[in-house]
Amino acid sequence: MTWVIHILNGVAFGMLLFLLAAGLSLIYGLMKILNLTHGSFYLVGGYIGLTVMQLTGSFMLALGIAVVAIALLGAVIERFFLRRFHLDELPQTLVTFGFLFIFSDLSLWIWGGDPLMLNVPHIFQGSVPMGYYSYPYYRLFLIVMGVAVAGALWWFQEKTRLGTMLRAGVDDAEIARALGINVSLLFTLVFAVGAALAALAGVLAGPVLSLYPGADFEVLIFAFVVVIVGGLGSLRGALAGALFVGIIDDFGKAFFPQFALFTVFVPMAVILVIRPTGLFGRR
Amino acid sequence: MTARAWSLVGAVAVLALLIALPEMVRPYYVGLATRMLIFALFAMSLDLLLGYTGLASLGHAAYFGIASYTIALLVVRAGVDSGVAFPAALVAAAALGALFAPLALRARGSYFLMITFALAQVVWSVAFGWRTLTNGDDGMPGVTRPYFGWSLNNTISFYYFALAVVGVAALLMLAIVRSPFGRALRGIRESESRMQALGYDVWRHQYAAFVLSAFFAGIAGALYAYFNRFVGPEYLYVVQSAEALIMVILGGAGTLIGPAIGAALIVFLEDFISSLTEHWVLVLGIIYVLVTVLAPRGLIGLYVDFCQRRSIK
Repeated sequence: MTWVIHILNGVAFGMLLFLLAAGLSLIYGLMKILNLTHGSFYLVGGYIGLTVMQLTGSFMLALGIAVVAIALLGAVIERFFLRRFHLDELPQTLVTFGFLFIFSDLSLWIWGGDPLMLNVPHIFQGSVPMGYYSYPYYRLFLIVMGVAVAGALWWFQEKTRLGTMLRAGVDDAEIARALGINVSLLFTLVFAVGAALAALAGVLAGPVLSLYPGADFEVLIFAFVVVIVGGLGSLRGALAGALFVGIIDDFGKAFFPQFALFTVFVPMAVILVIRPTGLFGRR
Repeated sequence: MTARAWSLVGAVAVLALLIALPEMVRPYYVGLATRMLIFALFAMSLDLLLGYTGLASLGHAAYFGIASYTIALLVVRAGVDSGVAFPAALVAAAALGALFAPLALRARGSYFLMITFALAQVVWSVAFGWRTLTNGDDGMPGVTRPYFGWSLNNTISFYYFALAVVGVAALLMLAIVRSPFGRALRGIRESESRMQALGYDVWRHQYAAFVLSAFFAGIAGALYAYFNRFVGPEYLYVVQSAEALIMVILGGAGTLIGPAIGAALIVFLEDFISSLTEHWVLVLGIIYVLVTVLAPRGLIGLYVDFCQRRSIK
C-alpha cells in the first residue's frame, strides 16, 4: 500500500512539473527561447495567489488572478525584451536570466524570507481512506487538474484552428508567416500561456510544497530535468518526463533522503547519453 | 605606432599599476583588488568555453567551487598542508570537468546550457546537503593560506601572490588561445561542420577546451578559498555561475581582456552596491537585462564600434 501512496505522490508532483515543463516546452518549441524566468512565473504566481487568498479567502479567485497577472507579465516581457532578439539564443536566455534574478529579489522583498503555505481550499480538505492509510483529496485534485490541463492542451494543439497555426509556426515560422499567419501575435500568446501555466503550478503547489525564496530556482531545475528527459518542444515529452521525474523523485526522497537530487539526476544523465535530445525531442 | 605596440604599452602600464597598487590605496582596496584578480581569472576561464569555443555554460561555479572545497576539506578535515592542497584542488576541478564534459557535449545551445546548469546544481546540492562532511549552509571556516617561504597572512603579500598566480594563468591562457589549438577552437565556434570537413576532431577540441576551462576556474576557486579563509556552498551556486557569465558578456566574449575588465567592474559594483543596499541580486538582474539590450557585444564591442566609426571619418 505504501507503494501506491508513493506513486500517487509522485504523480501529483509530476503533474505540477508537467504544468511547468509544458510552458517551458511550448515556448521553446515555437520561439527557441529557453525561458529561465519560468521559475519566477511559478513563484511570483504562487505568491500573488497567496495574497489574493488571504484577502478574499477564495481559492478560485486566487488561481484566476494569479494566472491572468502572470500571463500579462509574460506578454510584456516577450513583447518588449525578447522579440528584439528573435532566434538569437544567448541574449534571449540572458534577458530571461536577468528577470529571474530581478523577480527573485523583488519577491523576497515583498513576501519575506519565510516559507509561506497556502490553505487547502475547503472542498478539498480531508482525505480518502485507503486501507491502513488515507490519501488527501487535494493531491488527488492535483492529479485531476494535471490530466485536465494536459487534455485541454492536446485538444487545443490538435483540434483548434489556433493550434494548427501553432504547429505550423513550430515547424517553420517563416513559411507560416508567408501563409498569412500572424506569427508575432502567436509568439506573444504562447509566451503568455506558458507563463500562465507556470503561475497555475505555483498556486496549486502552494498548499503542498509551500512558497519560499529559492523555490524559483529549484522548480526551474526540476523543469529542466523534465525537458531534458522528455525533450524540448513536445507536450508528450513534457508529460512523460514529468511523470518519470515526479515518481523517481518521490521514491528517491523516501529511500535516499540525503541524496534526493541524485536519484533524479542519474537517470537524466543516462538518458542524455542514450538520447541527447530527450525521449520525444526533435533536433 | 602599430596596434600591437599600443597593446604592449598598455599591458606594461597595467602591470606597473597593479604592482604599485598597494602603495597607492588603503588595504581595504587591496583586498578588493585581490577579489577582482581572482574573478578576472574565473571570467577568463569561462571565456575559453563561451567566447572561444562557442559553448555557453551556466554551471561554471561547479569547477570554481569544487577547487575551493577540495582545499577546505583537505586542510580542515584531513589536516593536509595548505600548499599541498593547491595542486589537488586543480586536479579536482579538471577531473570534474572531464567527468561532466561528455554529458554536456552531447548537446548544443540551450540544451548545453541546461545540462551544465543542472550538473552544477547537483554539486551544489551535495555541498549544501551533506552536512557531516561540509557543514552544509554554514560553510567551512579555518582554511589556512599556504606558506612558500614567506607568510601570505597579510593583505598585501596575498595580493602579490594572487597577482603572480593570476598573471601566470592569464599568460598560459593567452598562449592557448594563440596556439593552433586556440585557432581551431575559434573555427569550431564559427562552424562545427566546416571544421569537421577540414579534418579536425571537433569533439576532442571541445572536450579539451571544457577541461582546460574547468582547470583555470579551479585555480580561481583555490585562490578564493585562501583569500576568504572560508568556503561555503554559495561558491557553487548558480548566482556565482551567473556572475561569471555576465562578467564575460559585459566585458566582451571572445577576448581575454574583456572578461577581466568585466570581472573588475562587477566585483567593484557588487562591493559598492552592497554597501548601499541589500538588493545586490536585483541590481545584478537589471545589469543583465541592460547589458544584453544595450551592449550585446560588451564593452569591447562598444570600443571596437567606436574605433571603426572614427576611422571611417
